[in-house]
Amino acid sequence: MRVQIPLIITFIVGFALIMAIFVPHDPFHAMDQNFSIYFDLIAVFAFILGGGNLLKIHGNKIWRRARDWKYSIVTVAGFMIMFIVGSFKIGGPPGLTGDVTADGSWFKFMYDAIFVPLQSTMFSLLAFFVASASYRAFRAKTKEATILLIAAFIILIGRTPLGHYLTAWLPQPLQFLHIPNLSNWILSFPNMAGQRAIMIGIALGIISTSLKLILGIERSYLGGEGK
Amino acid sequence: MTVNWTKSVEDVPTTGKVRGYVIVRSGAAGGKFEPVSTVPFQTEEYLDTSVQDNVPYYYKVGAIRDGEIVGFSEMVGPAVSKQQWFNTRKANLLAIALIIALAILAYVYQAKAGKKLYIRRIAGIEAVDEAVGRATEMGKPILFIPGIQDMDNVQTVAGLSILASVGKLTAQYETKLDVPVSRSLVMSTARETLKQAYLSVGRPDLYNDDSVYYVTDEQFGYVAAVDGIMVREKPATCFYMGAFFAESLILAETGNSIGAIQIAGTAMPTQLPFFVAACDYTLIGEELFAASAYLSKDERMIGSLKGQDVGKGIAMFFILLGTLVATIGAVTENSVIVGISDWLKNLFSMNF
Repeated sequence: MRVQIPLIITFIVGFALIMAIFVPHDPFHAMDQNFSIYFDLIAVFAFILGGGNLLKIHGNKIWRRARDWKYSIVTVAGFMIMFIVGSFKIGGPPGLTGDVTADGSWFKFMYDAIFVPLQSTMFSLLAFFVASASYRAFRAKTKEATILLIAAFIILIGRTPLGHYLTAWLPQPLQFLHIPNLSNWILSFPNMAGQRAIMIGIALGIISTSLKLILGIERSYLGGEGK
Repeated sequence: MTVNWTKSVEDVPTTGKVRGYVIVRSGAAGGKFEPVSTVPFQTEEYLDTSVQDNVPYYYKVGAIRDGEIVGFSEMVGPAVSKQQWFNTRKANLLAIALIIALAILAYVYQAKAGKKLYIRRIAGIEAVDEAVGRATEMGKPILFIPGIQDMDNVQTVAGLSILASVGKLTAQYETKLDVPVSRSLVMSTARETLKQAYLSVGRPDLYNDDSVYYVTDEQFGYVAAVDGIMVREKPATCFYMGAFFAESLILAETGNSIGAIQIAGTAMPTQLPFFVAACDYTLIGEELFAASAYLSKDERMIGSLKGQDVGKGIAMFFILLGTLVATIGAVTENSVIVGISDWLKNLFSMNF
């Protein structure tokens, strides 16, 4: 029963949501939105499990003075401070209906002054990682890597004034060789064709996986073998 | 409510004076008509989505010339919208979906009946064994990241299917497996998946609930935590299987900096280039969904892969046919061929 009941629920809900795509009549027409809301509600309650697990893992590490336990203190302290400040709406409109993100609330201040800068810092790492990944990837070791290197060079240069000035002198019949035009052509044709081909494959993969899930052929997410 | 009209005789693409149409609507035949929308020239249809069911409406269409409305059509109505049992605009979508679904089911049935089906080698999936073996020999843990989306994303489900196979290997080789997750529901599901994987190879004693743990829902908080785990624990193998966004390159580059072997798989087209550049093996798009069938060696799941190939065959056929017909139509301007080209375009368009 532990496997059968989830399979039955998966089948009924999956079939109903497929019907909702094609049947605009009640009760199907708003089904996909309603089920999304139900899923969000379940996910919110599931957070109690996640938050509890976070505190348990890090609390254990602190208690046992395990390796790197000091980082766990930072994690638990950050969690508890935001939780208390948000739950009691310190500094903001009080009560159950008070807006936790109202101007002046400690929650909003900590979000704007701590969380957002930290988020931006992590995001900014991408700039350096793109450079290091490009340095490793764009090496002319094979035919394909050489083509990749040339295409990447054209697109990079084509997006700068240098790319424009390098080939601005070309006569009209040879304007297709103008670097910005080449750059646009690479992005609009071979790149777009490749992306679309990948997306067609992805769409077919999603159809197949969804069908396997609805019909119960794929059961690894339930912890069972496919039967 | 779909409003159709015939184009004005002055609606000619480059030289015509009519540059658009306005659609007006009223709740009563003698009532005031209010504009609903304007559409550009060369249009003969408008879908009014702001109507209420079982309420009568009257429509008129006016042509716009030199920025002014010059004359309206005759009034039509009353038109009453009602809920329909089938959206006929999606008939083509239903037909295509049915063909692909039936092909998948046919091959699953064939595989169940015992027919041997061939699927090509996928380097990234064949490297899973080698990658787990490497971590075992080095005595270092394996890090598995099932994406940053929740269980409602099919890529996460695909990632957890691969986790089941990786879990069986780590149970057999007694290798430590770390699975930090970004969603609480994924944590519960991953635990169940891993517990069953360990049980299926007879090593439930090695399973530890704490090997799957929740970090945070927030994208960059999660990647910061996982990067810290990578730098401190130095796993020998990193698996990235699921839906990723901007954090994909941060994860892959950090994994590269610690010398781990990295196998990634995602169906996010924008993140694939980052994984291809930074990881040792990448499962591209549908290969992520094929991986669970490949690793489980379940004949019915392999059958479903063959069914997908039918879909790809249909796509290839119509792409070639459509390209040929559109090219011939553009060159010859033959009305029959142009008509066929337009029909093919409408067949695959999603005008809902």
